[in-house]
Amino acid sequence: MTSTQRTSFPRQGVRETAIAVKTRFQSASDVLSDCLEEIARCEDKIHAFNLVLDNQARQRASEIDDLIARGIDPGPLAGVPVALKDNICTREIATTCSSKMLERWIPPYNATVVAKLQDAGAVIVGKTNMDEFAMGSSTENSAFGPTRNPCNLDYVPGGSSGGSAASVAAGFVCCALGSDTGGSIRQPASLCGVVGVKPTYGRVSRYGLIAFASSLDQIGPLCVNVGDAALICEVIGGYDPRDSTSIDEPFSGLLDSCDKGVDGIRVGVVTELLAPASPDVQAAFTKCTDKLAAIGAKVDEISIPELSYGLAAYYLIAPAEASSNLARYDGVRYGLRVAGQDVESMMRATRSAGFGPEVKRRIMLGTYALSSGYYDAYYGQAQRVRTLITKAFGRAYESFDVLLSPTSPTVAFGFGAKQDPLDMYNSDIATIASNLAGHPAMSVPFGLGANNLPVGVQVMAPTLGEAVMFQVGAQIEGLAQ
Amino acid sequence: MSSDSLEGWDLVIGLEVHCELDTNTKLFCGCPNSFGDSPNTNVCPVCLGLPGSLPVLNSRAVDLAMRIGAALHCDIRPSRFHRKNYFYPDMPKAFQISQYDAPINCDGWLELTTGKRVGIERAHIEEDTGKTTHLGESGRIQGASSSLVDYNRAGVPLVETVSAPDMNSAQEAKDYVSELRAILVACGASDGKMEEGSLRVDANVSVRRSGSKELGTRCEIKNVNSLKSLGKAIEFEAARQIAVLQQGGTIRQETRHFNEDTGETSSMRSKEDSHDYRYFPEPDLVVISPDEAWIGGIRSGLPPMPAERRALLGSKCGAGSPGTPSSNQVSTVVAHGLDALVLGALDDGADPRIALSRCANEAVARVDAALHLAPTSFSRLVTMESVGDITATQSKLVLGEMLDEVDQKLEELGGSTGGFGGYFEVDPEAIANSKGFEKLDNTTLARTLDDIVESNPGEWERFLAGDEKVAQFFVGQMMKSTRGQADGKAVISLMNARRDKKG
Ligand SMILES: [Zn+2]
Repeated sequence: MTSTQRTSFPRQGVRETAIAVKTRFQSASDVLSDCLEEIARCEDKIHAFNLVLDNQARQRASEIDDLIARGIDPGPLAGVPVALKDNICTREIATTCSSKMLERWIPPYNATVVAKLQDAGAVIVGKTNMDEFAMGSSTENSAFGPTRNPCNLDYVPGGSSGGSAASVAAGFVCCALGSDTGGSIRQPASLCGVVGVKPTYGRVSRYGLIAFASSLDQIGPLCVNVGDAALICEVIGGYDPRDSTSIDEPFSGLLDSCDKGVDGIRVGVVTELLAPASPDVQAAFTKCTDKLAAIGAKVDEISIPELSYGLAAYYLIAPAEASSNLARYDGVRYGLRVAGQDVESMMRATRSAGFGPEVKRRIMLGTYALSSGYYDAYYGQAQRVRTLITKAFGRAYESFDVLLSPTSPTVAFGFGAKQDPLDMYNSDIATIASNLAGHPAMSVPFGLGANNLPVGVQVMAPTLGEAVMFQVGAQIEGLAQ
Repeated sequence: MSSDSLEGWDLVIGLEVHCELDTNTKLFCGCPNSFGDSPNTNVCPVCLGLPGSLPVLNSRAVDLAMRIGAALHCDIRPSRFHRKNYFYPDMPKAFQISQYDAPINCDGWLELTTGKRVGIERAHIEEDTGKTTHLGESGRIQGASSSLVDYNRAGVPLVETVSAPDMNSAQEAKDYVSELRAILVACGASDGKMEEGSLRVDANVSVRRSGSKELGTRCEIKNVNSLKSLGKAIEFEAARQIAVLQQGGTIRQETRHFNEDTGETSSMRSKEDSHDYRYFPEPDLVVISPDEAWIGGIRSGLPPMPAERRALLGSKCGAGSPGTPSSNQVSTVVAHGLDALVLGALDDGADPRIALSRCANEAVARVDAALHLAPTSFSRLVTMESVGDITATQSKLVLGEMLDEVDQKLEELGGSTGGFGGYFEVDPEAIANSKGFEKLDNTTLARTLDDIVESNPGEWERFLAGDEKVAQFFVGQMMKSTRGQADGKAVISLMNARRDKKG
């Protein structure tokens, strides 16, 4: 036994907590105190948070208790402690994107998801660490130091929502929100052994989510179980007039889907996404599909060759959009400013000092991809690949209800293990296609791989196909027990 | 510059006109779109480009843009937005949301008053930037000791109308801008105020040997803030280019800055150091796909355009052929949208010549108030003048006070004229009475003239000798003695009668 061995464990789920609080079995304040104690005990080892909102959270919890005492229902998340990835804007509370650029920036407004969580009775406990501006797959790119995987502190938690995944896995909170641009919810969920969901693009408002790649970004939950994730999706989802890409479709009934079983459900195993996985991950995954077949699912293999171009297309589109989204950090209006002799040198100095190496790398990549003379060969071509992938998925979903793959090709890796950026980019090989197509996908823990670290199974579904995705996800969860 | 120096050369001019749309709110947020407020008061997370904010398209702006397209005979098509990326302190997001390969309006035309048609390549929607004031000697960002930025204008909706290079003289360019301005006002899209920056013009100018079909290299002239400047800038630039070519030089494609004080253009940046804007589709907005019903509604709901209104007003006023003063008055009145006031007064039986003059000469200077003056009130004023109850001079004063009253009433409504489309009745007789403007009877007038003649016998002798200039002296003296109540024409006829009787 070393000091890096697991010492913290996930706490009870969202629904259990809300019921306990509503039935006055446990007060919201007591629930919160447990969380804060756990944070005090383990946070210095894990570093899941950029900020813990001790006082504000206590005040909010006692407000919830007051409501309950007066017989008022605080909502489906009554007293549920929640953490937010630090790229989700919180009014009057620092929102840093784990970047020196925004280290001292305080948003004057709440993201739509924050308002929805609060309206549902949740207690926001803190802002979680992440790869700077959500660019990375290990949380090593945080300007404030890495987060450690609660399952084993020698390993990364994945990224970019590594702090969110770790905060749930460590039992600091019942649930955390992350953002997923190329797998940034699902991959850390997989590496930390929790459930992570990326809803259909447009299901959850992006208003107040600090953009990385606008056409790919989507907010979603990380939870200890599938049903909790379904509930959180219902709470944070739905049409938002502040987000023009928001979908005006009801987002409900997800919890009910979790009980429907998989009898007759057609499950496709995507060979292109299974092949790159390490043997331990493949073994766990195959066990999962075997068990699914055993309880009535029709499991078959499917090849979607177009997906092999996904990674290349993603690493043009996402940096291109990022180069534009991150251009506003120029030192003129807010955030870091490093003095210069004139405006241009001030902007140069600010951006040189404020961004870390990975962010700079992607800004340069994206700027190049959009340059006149190169646009068509890079950005234009990547968009055509994106269309091909979407069409290929469309054909696949004629034969299958959901598609399956390992979420990550490997279990969690060690700090500094992936020095070559391309190695790191390959961590997203299975998750990226869903972002390119705008489809929903989730990661559900299933068994252990190398070093006794968790393996995650990814369930992918067509646009607005969350119901069937949760239906299958819930069964996988059951089979993993 | 004389036209001789253009001998043997043709000018080719294309114009890009930015028009601020007259919406209540900005293009992508709910902040007020208003001019002249304290700096950085009409701002929010969206128009400041704060992290995490997202744009939501103002459908009223789309409506107005489509109206402009319909008025310019354009195809109105499904369109999308692009990001135009470049760093500048007054651009909150470091990109401007504009339209690039799929503008909402394209391929139209505008007919000048001469009957010539100028092609319209496109009229697209984009957002305005903030406004930067550079402190320090240069007045430009280079070398500024500090710069102040006001983001009130950031995100204000614009339509940029790009003409084909179809104009061939500074005068045609000016005519084009006046006609476009009148159309934009007629559409309800703009207040047309060039002086407040509601309309901003960039001119693309090139020259070529007369008869040549090939286009010369063009230069884009920026910072043209009035019609007068536009004319001057084009003439200077054409002469400069011709001089360069005559000396065997070549024109560099570049952007040039027009200096209002010197009347000259100077190089801002060449094509080589122009920005690479890295346009790409704006992922935070969706495609605008107006259906046939929407487009049809826009086209059929378009009010009459200036050409049609000039014809109507001209025929009602019996205006002469183009070039006569009254035809200029007709154009002026229509350009300011005051034709309804004149036509209303005519329906009420007012004298067309006087109604047109008061409107074109006096009311246009007070457009905001004049637009809310009841035509019946205006008609009463015109009639008081035409029957000789008050003089022309008095009539102008009374009109001024009538418009003061309208302004006051508008102020009582909250100072916003935007939403109010009604008229105010103002009584011209009451104003005339309060000022003591009464018609002087001829006896009083004749007695006054007698007095003046008596004290100025020399001048009277000169008048009798046929010195017409001295007549003005007597008119002036009569005005002075009657405190402006005498009518100039009545004085002249009285003087003529006195001369004829005595003679
Ligand atoms: Zn605003």
